[in-house]
Amino acid sequence: MTAATVDGGSSSGPRGDERTPKAVAFFDRIDAYNNLLLPVLAIVSALVAGAVIIGLTDIDRLKEGDILGILGTIKDAYLALPAGALGSLNGISETIVSATPLILAGLCFAIAARSGLFNIGATGQMFAGGMASVWVGFSMNGPGIVQVPLALLAGIVAGGIWGGIVGFLKARTGAHEVITTIMTNYIAGLLTLWLLKTDAFQQPGKDNPISKTVRPEGRLPDLFFWSDNPALRAHWGFLVAIAGAMFTWWLFERSKIGFELRTFGSNADAARYAGMKPATLTTMAMFIAGAMAGLAGASQVIGTQGYATESFAGSIGFDAIAVALLGRNKPTGIVFAAFLFGILEAGGRRMQLETDIPLDVVLVLRALIVLFIAAPALTRLLWRLKREGGGSALQFRGWGA
Amino acid sequence: MELELRGITKRFPGVVANDDVNLRVRGGEVLALVGENGAGKSTLMNVLYGLYKADEGEILIDGVPQHFTSPRDAIAAGIGMVHQHFMLVPVFTVAENVVMGVEPTAFGGIKLDIATARAQVRSISEQYGMHLDPDAKIEDLPVGLQQRVEIIKVLFRDAEIVVFDEPTAVLTPQEIEDFFVIVETLKADGKGIVFITHKLREALRIADRIEVLRRGKTVGEADPTTVKDTELAEMMVGRPVDLVVAKEVREPGPTVLDVRDLTVREPGGRALVDHVSFQVHAGEIVGIAGVQGNGQTELVDALVGLRRIAEGRVALQGTDITEADPRDMHRHGVAHIPEDRQREGIVKDFDVTENLALTAYYTAPLSSGVSIDWGSAREEAARLVDQFDIRTPSVTTPVGTLSGGNQQKVIVARELSRELKLAIACQPTRGIDVGSIEYIHERIVALRDAGVAVLVVSTELDEVMALADRVLVMYRGTIVADLQRASTDHNEVGLYMAGAKESAA
Repeated sequence: MTAATVDGGSSSGPRGDERTPKAVAFFDRIDAYNNLLLPVLAIVSALVAGAVIIGLTDIDRLKEGDILGILGTIKDAYLALPAGALGSLNGISETIVSATPLILAGLCFAIAARSGLFNIGATGQMFAGGMASVWVGFSMNGPGIVQVPLALLAGIVAGGIWGGIVGFLKARTGAHEVITTIMTNYIAGLLTLWLLKTDAFQQPGKDNPISKTVRPEGRLPDLFFWSDNPALRAHWGFLVAIAGAMFTWWLFERSKIGFELRTFGSNADAARYAGMKPATLTTMAMFIAGAMAGLAGASQVIGTQGYATESFAGSIGFDAIAVALLGRNKPTGIVFAAFLFGILEAGGRRMQLETDIPLDVVLVLRALIVLFIAAPALTRLLWRLKREGGGSALQFRGWGA
Repeated sequence: MELELRGITKRFPGVVANDDVNLRVRGGEVLALVGENGAGKSTLMNVLYGLYKADEGEILIDGVPQHFTSPRDAIAAGIGMVHQHFMLVPVFTVAENVVMGVEPTAFGGIKLDIATARAQVRSISEQYGMHLDPDAKIEDLPVGLQQRVEIIKVLFRDAEIVVFDEPTAVLTPQEIEDFFVIVETLKADGKGIVFITHKLREALRIADRIEVLRRGKTVGEADPTTVKDTELAEMMVGRPVDLVVAKEVREPGPTVLDVRDLTVREPGGRALVDHVSFQVHAGEIVGIAGVQGNGQTELVDALVGLRRIAEGRVALQGTDITEADPRDMHRHGVAHIPEDRQREGIVKDFDVTENLALTAYYTAPLSSGVSIDWGSAREEAARLVDQFDIRTPSVTTPVGTLSGGNQQKVIVARELSRELKLAIACQPTRGIDVGSIEYIHERIVALRDAGVAVLVVSTELDEVMALADRVLVMYRGTIVADLQRASTDHNEVGLYMAGAKESAA
């Protein structure tokens, strides 16, 4: 059971359904069920496994055999998580701040994945996009309505080109994208470090690699514009991310290029047979994917931070792979998955504060969720699910393909 | 040894794959199990081989009920199976493949006793006249010999009943003859043979008894010495079937496809297609016969723009299309039914609508500008599903879940439902049921009658002979014969295919 039928408009009753409406409805339901059920079960499994880990880390109570106390710790931890992430406007804001770049970078991974490419270069593409964007941001003195879109555009183009290079190399020379994206990640990271120490970028009077600051007018406006609270960091980058998700949906479900990309991703021979151009499609897929990551970078520097450091991409590029997997490479799924990760991150900080449970437990939780998602058979076994299908979201052509 | 399946019923959600099936085979006889794809032949054999558990019924060997829970049990009971897709390790030798899993060992089980293995393989090979070198690597062997390795594997495990699942599908006509000789030898040695096929001629040729399966039920037994192929086909399909393609004689029109000195080279420089010239006229079906691997695939790929033409020219109604790519060919009104439908013809994950739109999605009425109008695509798909009798629950059903015949009909519908000048059909009916074959053949003839030039490439000689007005034979990259269908026969074409006869083509 795949992809195409669930997310897209293709399941809304066409004429052919008259044949055996019951059967169709049944299969559509199974399809939706598998796509939703599995991630949910994976999350539940991870929470259970995480509870065991939290219990095991509570060494003092463990020694005393204080089972009730341990259960209390687990309860406190799991209550602090959602409370910290969603219990206040500040928490929600932090959740959104974490989720925003994850959505965009997750889309980056998904767009390439659905085109049959394993793009682990989101980090490098974020650097490229972010650096271009921050340069426009601190160089210009125009009104925000002109400057912000220009800075975003710079992020799109730079990220796109950085990704496109990988696509071009693959199309022309067959260089495998996993290798080239790892290398372009290094190049982008080191280039960023170097640029941040040049006069063109470095903040005057600073020794460390940090860029000039973008004026408030040049930054993405606050999401909670009605509030004066400076702690509410969420910005319009979130709206950009939602727009990116909508664009991705349109791309794959409605557009001509998206159909070609999907065909190429599912069966490259059929794409060639149908008159599509694999070389162009590879480059195109990587350009569009890179553009999404570029926006993620832009959102970090002209939204969240207002300047660039050598670490503004953080581990977002890699976390986004997990987000895309959890979201089954579908835009809606990615938005939800990014939110879940945002909740874990924002809530995790509160949990650490309140319960002495280290933030690392949250990282373990996240890893467990991804593990259960990537191994659907394991999750099925745990929950005694019989039906086959809805396999791993990770399906790529082999090396040298 | 006598094997009996009694009252086997196997249900899957929504279907009864086997419904009270009875089957009996004794040592020293060949039972042909015929039926269309989806009739339940494979399910039945998987039940026998311990891969599925029957919901009802029992398996008896010499009257004793058996309980197979895995192929291991079936093998231990003396049942062997030669699958359609071989399960061999290409880089291992014949002997290594044969003994895999049951290796003779020395030094208390530590060392593989390859010498004994080789001797055993050699003796089985000689006993049944298989002429196999135990030291040959699988990857160096032609398909026909690889199949013999599978047979030896089964015999090595002391099988008394050998089941062949569509064994001739991958063989050349000559290899099929050799295969039948081996089957005769096995039979003479007292082995019981179950021969699963949908090819009636082969069943009639080799079987002592024929059992027909239709929609999961045994519909009857036939005696190959008395039954006619048309009767058999009717039992199989459930209605009278035309085995002969009905077509009238037509006078060909002007030249549509003109191929001159076309040469295709492999990267190393060797010519795969060597200075081939021919024409196809409007309202004419030209069939290209030949054993698989004699350059037909490369010739077609070159014609449709999937492979570079090294030398020569191709013209379509006078327009040079030597450099055209697949999209150009589509625009020019050329249809292409590809040889390997799973690999090129369909995208299995896509639904029926998307597959029907696969080659025309870029043009009106499906698309104007950057987006695709999936609403009208689904309407068009529904129309084609009706018109081409594609059996699918809906137009949003993934094509991968349809039967081979219906997948092929999706391709045929997509390629033949528009304005055409030329249609190139490769293996148009490979591995599909009789009903669909009949239908697709009718379509191809109808196309010719409408004045389209048609090129049919098939390794099934019967198909070429049934459809073509003119027969070209390819052998080692060249066309060795250009024959009018009316003035040639199977025998003559077969000789050209084998390279035994030369002529000035």
